[in-house]
Formats: sequence, C-alpha cells, structure tokens
Amino acid sequence: MLLYILRRLAQSSLVLLVMSALVFAGVYAIGNPVDILINPQADQAEIARTTAALGLDKPLPLQYWTFLHNALTGELGRSFASNVPAIDLILQRMPATVELALSAMVLAIVLGIPLGLWAGLRPDSISARTIMAGSILGFSLPTFWVGLMLIMVFSVWLGWLPPTGRGETVNVLGIEMSFLTPDGLRHLLMPALNLALFKLALLIRLTRAGTREAMVQDYVRFARAKGVSERRIVRIHVLKNILIPIVTVIGLEFGSLIAFAIVTETIFAWPGMGKLLIDSINVLDRPVIVAYLLVIVVMFVLINLVVDVLYTALDPRVRIQGARA
Amino acid sequence: MSAALEKILVFVPDRHVRRLCVAVLFWFVSALVPATAAELRIGLSADVTTLDPHFVAAQPNLTVQMHIFDALVRIDERGRVVPGIVTSWTNPDPLTWELKLRPGVKFHDGSELTPEDIVFSLERPLGIKGSPGGFTTYVRMISAKQIVDRHTLRLKTSAPYGPLLEDLAHVLIVSRRAAQNAAGEDFDSGKAAVGTGPFKLARFARGDRVSLTRNDGYWGGASAWHAVTLRMVPNDPTRTAALLSGELDAIENVPTADLARLKKSQAHRLAQTTSWRTILLHLDQHRTVPPGVTDKSGKPLASNPFKDVRVRQALSKALNRHAIADRVMEGLALPAGNVVSPSVLGHDPDLRPDTYDPEGAKKLLAEAGYPNGFVMTLATPNNRYINDEQVAQACAQMFSRIGITTKVDAMPLAAYLGKARNQEFGVALLGWGSLAADLALRSLVATPTPEKGWGTWNWARYSNPGLDKLVERSLTTVDVKKREPFAREASAYAARDVAFVPLHYQVVTWAMRRSLDYTARTDEFTFAFDFRTAGENRETQTRAEGVAKDPGSAVGDKANRAR
Repeated sequence: MLLYILRRLAQSSLVLLVMSALVFAGVYAIGNPVDILINPQADQAEIARTTAALGLDKPLPLQYWTFLHNALTGELGRSFASNVPAIDLILQRMPATVELALSAMVLAIVLGIPLGLWAGLRPDSISARTIMAGSILGFSLPTFWVGLMLIMVFSVWLGWLPPTGRGETVNVLGIEMSFLTPDGLRHLLMPALNLALFKLALLIRLTRAGTREAMVQDYVRFARAKGVSERRIVRIHVLKNILIPIVTVIGLEFGSLIAFAIVTETIFAWPGMGKLLIDSINVLDRPVIVAYLLVIVVMFVLINLVVDVLYTALDPRVRIQGARA
Repeated sequence: MSAALEKILVFVPDRHVRRLCVAVLFWFVSALVPATAAELRIGLSADVTTLDPHFVAAQPNLTVQMHIFDALVRIDERGRVVPGIVTSWTNPDPLTWELKLRPGVKFHDGSELTPEDIVFSLERPLGIKGSPGGFTTYVRMISAKQIVDRHTLRLKTSAPYGPLLEDLAHVLIVSRRAAQNAAGEDFDSGKAAVGTGPFKLARFARGDRVSLTRNDGYWGGASAWHAVTLRMVPNDPTRTAALLSGELDAIENVPTADLARLKKSQAHRLAQTTSWRTILLHLDQHRTVPPGVTDKSGKPLASNPFKDVRVRQALSKALNRHAIADRVMEGLALPAGNVVSPSVLGHDPDLRPDTYDPEGAKKLLAEAGYPNGFVMTLATPNNRYINDEQVAQACAQMFSRIGITTKVDAMPLAAYLGKARNQEFGVALLGWGSLAADLALRSLVATPTPEKGWGTWNWARYSNPGLDKLVERSLTTVDVKKREPFAREASAYAARDVAFVPLHYQVVTWAMRRSLDYTARTDEFTFAFDFRTAGENRETQTRAEGVAKDPGSAVGDKANRAR
C-alpha cells in the first residue's frame, strides 16, 4: 500500500513538472503581461524597467529555472496583478469553489442515485420514462443557458433567490463557509443546482444501466428464490455491486467539477478559483495561472488516490499492491 | 412575536418541537428580508485586483480605491480638474506648482492629513517591489517637493509641464503611518487602507464584493449612504438580471443587448454620457511594406500607400460613421472627428467627423495612384471595447466598397497588445481615453522618443515635426486658459493630416432603480457617492454637450429623443 502511494506520488511529480513547463511556455508565447498591466501613459523606459523588475526580460529557460528553484522552496511567486502570493490567492478562493462543487456533487448523488435506481427497477413505468427524458435534457442543455434561465425564473420573475455572488459566510476552523448561514444557502442553491445538472443526468443514466444489468444476474435471482425481501435485494445485492463504477465516475467528475466550475462561477459571479483563472489569463498573470494548474493536478491525483482506496472498501476482492499500480 | 407564533402552532404536539419550528421559521424569514434603507448596492463590471492604490494603474482598481482614498484634485463629470484636498493652486513660475491644502482633512483613523503624508504618497509608487507599475508615470515629472507650511506644498518640475494636475488626479493619498511598511495584503485586509475618502473599508471579499461604511467626518460632507456594497459582476447578462431582480440598486456598463429593455422598464432609470474613449484606427506610416498590405494579386506594393495623405483621407471618407454608431453600436457611440471626446480639454468643436463620401474616396484613391485599390488587414481586439470586432468588420466592408479589400484579424486583448507593440499590424484598432488632447496626442501620434516618453502607443510610427511642436507647446504651458487653445490647435492639426482615422466616441451607460439618479461621468468611473435619490419623474439622463454642438450626429438626435 505504502509503496503504491509512493509510486503514485513519483508519477504525479513528473506530471507536475511537464505541465508547469507547458503552461510556462504557453503563457510566454501569448505575450508580455506588462503590455496589459502597465499604465497606458507609461513611457518606454518605465515599460523596460517594469519588465526587468518582474524578471520578464530574461530568456525563457532562465525564467523557468528561477521558477522551479523557487517552487522547490515552496514559493510559487507573487501575482503580477494583485500584489499577493499566487498560492494565497488560490487558497483564498478555494473554499468557495470546493463548497460549490461539493454541494453540486451532493445534490447529484442524493437525487441521481435514487432516481436512477427507480428508473432501473421499473424501466417501463411512466415515471421512469419521465426521469430518463429529463436526464437527456440535463445532458444536452448548455450550462450557461440553464444558468441564465434559472436566474431569469427564480430571481427576476419570482424573486425567490438572489441571482449572483456568495452569501454571508461563517468562519469554520479558519475557512469561510457560506452553507451554514441562511443567506449563504440561498445564494448557493442556484449555482449548485446548475453545476449539478450534468452530473445528475450522468449518475441517473449510470445507476439505471447498472441496476438493469444487476437485476438479471444469477445472484439476484438466487436471492429472490431464497425469499430475500425485495428491499434487501436492492440495498445489499444490487446497490453495493453497481457502486464501484459509480464511485469511479463520482471521483473523476468531482475533480472536473472543481477544475471546470468556471462557467457556473462566471454566470453567478461566484468568487471561486475558476473565475480567478479566467481573470488571470486575461491579464497573463503567469504566477497565478501556473500555481492554479499545479493545484488542480495535485487535487486530481489525490482524488484518484481516494477513489482507489475506496474500491477496497467496496469490493474486498480488490487489493492494492505495490506491484500493481 | 415568537409566543404568538407558538400559539398558532398549537397543533404541533411537543413544546420543544414547536420552539424549533418557530426558530426555523425566523431563520427563513430573516433570510428573505431585503437590505436595509440607505444602503447602496452597485454592480461593477470588472474585478478589483488589489486595494493598494499605488500597485497597478487600472481603472477597475481605482474605482474602488477612490471610495476610500482621495487624490489631491478631483476630476468632475466632464473630465475637468476641480479642487479636492488641494483647494487652489498657483504657478509662481512655470516650473513651480504651489498647492494650498484644505485644512482639517482627517484620515479614517482620526489623524489629520499632513503635507508629509502627501509627499510620502507621491514617492511611494517608485518603490513598490513587483509592481507592474503605472503610477511612476504620474509622478516622474516632479523633480522636487517642498513643504512650505502645514497647508502649503510646492512641487517642482524639471521642465514646464501643463498636465501635472491631470496626472496627480490618479495618485491617491495614503496615510504614511499606516502604509509605511505595508505589503499588498495589509491593504486588502484594511490595516493599511486608511484614507481620507468618503467611505471606510469594511471588508474586501476578493472576486465577490467590497463592503464600505460611511466616513462621517468626510471633509466634503458625509455621504447619503450609510453602507455601500460594490459587487463584482463581470458577466453582462447576470449584471442586468441582478438589477432587474432587485439584488442590486445600480449597475455600470449596461450591455448593448439589454439597453432597449431597461429603457422601456418603468422601474429603472438610465444615465448616459459621451465617454472619454475615442475609438480610432492606426495606419502604419513608417515602413515601406506594412504587414498585411498588398496589391490585389497578393504582391507587396511599391510604396506604403498610407504615407500618402490622400489615401488616409480616402479611408476616412469611406466610413459611414453614423451607420456604425446607429447600427453596430446600437446608439452607444457618437461619430468622432477629434482625438478626444466633446467635454475633454482640447476638443475642437469645429472639427466635424468626415462625412461619408465613397465617390470622393474613390477619386482620392485614383489620384494617389491606386485606382483599383489594394488589399489590407485590419487588426482588432475582440474583448476590449464595446462591440469592437463588429465595428472592425463594418469598417472592413466599407473600405472594401471603395476598392480596398480588407480582412479583419481579431484576437483577445492579451494577445493583441504585445503584437501591436511589436508593430506586427499594418492597420490596427485602438480605443483611447484621456483627460486632455495634448496628453492623448503625446502617446498616440507624437514621434516615438523613448527618452521623453513620447509616442508609446504610436503603433503607426507617424512622425510629423509640425505636430510634435504643437504638442510640445501645449504640454509645456502651465496656464490652463492658454493651454486649452494650444491643445485644440494640435488636435486640429492631427485631424487635418489624418494622423489616424477617428471612428467614434463611446457612449457609457449606467442603469439604476428609478428611485435613484446618477451624474454620468465622461471618464466612465462609477462612484457610490455620486448616486442620489431622485424624484419620480422618469427620464433618461443624457448630458448632451458636444451632442448639441454636433447637430449632424445621428446619435445626438437619438440621445435627445431618449430624453
């Protein structure tokens, strides 16, 4: 197990290295951030002085080397635009994004698995057909459009929910959380629902397919012949067996929820990391862009690790060994 | 109240459960109660990156910072310098500015503003580590600072420099005690964000909002708003929706698409004025073969056609500016003939935008030796100015109509600016906002001279000693009454020589609840302290000076109709 984790970490560092080099070169190729950030009235001498002060006049490999050197000592650089360490900027905004993504995931799981199960158990009923038709909508409607429609209906017409921003927060163990205040919940509901929609549809389809497949398996038929109650069959025999692919997908999708909540964050003016990334790309704030992507890669690696460990809990046949990996 | 509620809930058997129900009910109700009175919630269209007022000179940052800090002088809604902390100024000689300070100005922490704070604030921009700069530009002309007494400060420049106060209007005054050893984080947390402005910082939630409370001891009189929330809502439809839903009281930069709807709405009011931003085309007048310019078969031309003033005139005449303003900009533009917009210092009202005359343009092209026209590429950003790419497309079609086949090369600003600075474009679109014509001309068309800081944005590398002389004369005149005609003259000279092709001045729009009113500002700034409660009469506020002076303007007519 330990060897397995160590190996995973070694692979991940390689990914981090390659990715940081790619991002570094990519941002360099787009242009010079000083061109965007500097006062339009600045003279040539000031532009040159500023470029030099930010170290942007040096050749790219040297800049990258300096970055690597600093990164190894835990210093990811200060944001060009914000005058604070890039990693602080990201960590400051991370709770908002994680909160949003978690809420969306919880919504998707709490609604998606029961609905999918229902549809899988009674595939021909009208309710199941309705659920499946709804899931097609969830798949095919673009997030930005659904978000705007939600705002239009619930904020502008009905006036029930606030259209933008994050509500009041409370400090829990040093982290600003908004889902614990009524105002925060009201702000959270629409963006979380919007973000959950696609995952919800995905989980419904996945659960339904798994259920239908499991219901005709020998062990279910045997259990039924033994006279096990239908509820117990569904809970113990079906659900537990179809959970493995579902957990994998939830794990992968959770990573992408965090990394790509950008559209939802932009529409609902949610102060998360995605919005930070877009803003940073617009002004070529390289330290923030690189740090952001590094954080995301680390997060993906961790989530996958957790998923692997979860497998062993769900299926005793799966054993994590050093030799596998 | 809660006891009464408990009685109503008598059907709930258990007393504790009943109490819980009441608590939950209160919790919901408290969440539904709208914001209190005398609170103003404004939706801004761009994010503030830092509250350190000397770190980066960006308008979205200054917008927020100017609520907390004051500059020495202010800019009024027309773009003219008016007294602020400095109540009056004189020039004992052209190199000296003697500034009289307003007595009794206090910082948010109660300490009095001293000339030492001002000297510190004027020096601080030069020493911030890792700053992408910007403010150095505004203070570099000052060669010496001299504190005469508690209320008098003398600034010396090494050469006569007229626009000093326009520059200083952007340099905010911080408390030396609070800001001396402060890092960026200290400003964001509020520790160092101690100013003399009309509001105090309550909380800065990055990317979301800035909460402000009223400074009751403000020297200009306490604001009518006890509390102000500046919300960052960069997404256009969301900003409008937040106003429509009542979540926000006012928004800036109303998207073109929502303008008609808000204009019709009985519950809202619009405030509009001509912005200081002039949209113009730079034409490469330096190289023999400008990038993207060829003859019809794709071969390079023998000489640079833009060096011939007749070709530049033809390009200007080919443009139907009224059509662009009316159709492409949906009324959010005013055809331009000047480098600066109507209320700005140095605008020459006699300079009309060139009239649309495709036949005349063709004739001029033929005279210049291009009877069949040529091919060129027009570069434009696609995320910076109002409908920028569409404007460029419309121009390209109009140029193609007189025989100059034009392609449009559009890209995001982040990629655009670097390329433009490297002179990779033959024809490039640019928007420029300035407080004075001489300042604009210095950056845009003065001969690029790194030592003097001239021509930084002269992508065309236009060079004309006659114009340079006029710009120099205007910039070195410290008496604004004399400087204004000089600036106007330079403006006219540049227009006559078609140093660049002006397209239009943007029109900037705010939308707010009908119960509010706002004095629309030419410099596009959104200030909470300029919002006030209004009577019930509903009208679109359109300040139309310049619009009135421009009777031929379709937008002027449209704006007047909107009244």
